[in-house]
Amino acid sequence: MKRKKITVAVTGLNAIDNPGSGVSVIRSLRESELFECRIVGLAYELLEPGIYMKEIVDCAYQVPYPSAGTEALFQRIEQICEEEKLDVIIPNFDAELYSYIKLERRLDNLGVKVVLPTVQQFEERHKYNLSDFGKRSGILVPESVVCNSIGDFKDCPADKPIVVKGKFYDAFVVTGREQFEYHFSKIATKWGVPVIVQQFVDGAEFNVAGLGDGNGNLLAAVPMSKRFITDKGKAWAGVTVGDRRLVELAELFVKQTNWRGAFELELIKSKDGRFFLIEVNPRIPAWIYLTTAAGQNIPEAVVRMALGENPCAFESYEVGKMFVRYSWDMIVEQDEFAKFSMEGRT
Amino acid sequence: MKIRIKSDIALSKTGFVFNPQTGESFSLNPMGSEIFCLLRDGFSTEEVVKIITDRFDVSAHSFSTDLDDFVAMLRRYELTDEA
Repeated sequence: MKRKKITVAVTGLNAIDNPGSGVSVIRSLRESELFECRIVGLAYELLEPGIYMKEIVDCAYQVPYPSAGTEALFQRIEQICEEEKLDVIIPNFDAELYSYIKLERRLDNLGVKVVLPTVQQFEERHKYNLSDFGKRSGILVPESVVCNSIGDFKDCPADKPIVVKGKFYDAFVVTGREQFEYHFSKIATKWGVPVIVQQFVDGAEFNVAGLGDGNGNLLAAVPMSKRFITDKGKAWAGVTVGDRRLVELAELFVKQTNWRGAFELELIKSKDGRFFLIEVNPRIPAWIYLTTAAGQNIPEAVVRMALGENPCAFESYEVGKMFVRYSWDMIVEQDEFAKFSMEGRT
Repeated sequence: MKIRIKSDIALSKTGFVFNPQTGESFSLNPMGSEIFCLLRDGFSTEEVVKIITDRFDVSAHSFSTDLDDFVAMLRRYELTDEA
């Protein structure tokens, strides 16, 4: 079958110990049977590895940090569009999603499509709103307290662990007031407030990568059990699992929210076998290539939605498919780095 | 006593056990694999004791103790259908 030629811009090209999803998204798109993709990488930092991975990214451009505001981002995309005919952008960072959601219509006017949740959906699943969301939706969520200052959490247990979380990233399991205050300050300095204090649920960690059509229908869902976890809580190895309850939770989440686009549910299975939803990430997760390998190419389905198609829901996936992540030292010529540093593009 | 091994638990010829519900995997030695297969095929623990002690030089008492430990481990790792 002849593949349709399109250009897709992808962010999240960092591949540190808490990697962005960009490289996995691109690998999935490269395997698409429907699209022949020219891939344009959008990078914030000069040393995001994806910039220099020639088999992954055809061309890369530097974009302004989310803190520069949506207007700065839009102007940069306009500039890039003068050189590249972008069809779709797949943003992969939590911190940039709000800007892309706000810019959706203006990007559409440029001929660039995105598939993202609404602002309301985006806000509702925030860590600091998750507890209320759980109560409304009937999904088990650990109790949590939203703190704008250290004093907002007075009853810190001396002997029971709790989880202290940043609004975008970072989570620490702490015990006692001293540890709580140390990590609260650390997170608040890095990510700002609010900081979320959550009940600690002891158990095995599972994630579900999924896709909603915006009308309450689940188009894709692949559950994964984390088999090796880094000190940042990220899966360095995982395996797809067949517990139907995880897919049902994804169905319930999409039905309750009418979620549009990709998402990731982070869950803990407690010792008594119940699944607690601890986080909803409003984007494609870094391990997304596993879903492609298991039979659900979610990035490809996102592109189809962006282009106005109505992809059918995936019906199955392969259980027992594993991923094991690795790091790799690339050799980069100085002039490649110099070009990106000075010109903001490869 | 019948021990119901979950029907979707996979056991390879080399003794690799995979639980598709949890993603956990385990290794069994040849004796463990054989006992696992007997239990999965519906033999009771009493029948397993008889089969193994008929074939190997081990007392029923000693083997029963080991089998109890093995079954407890299967339960702990959620490989059986019992609560």
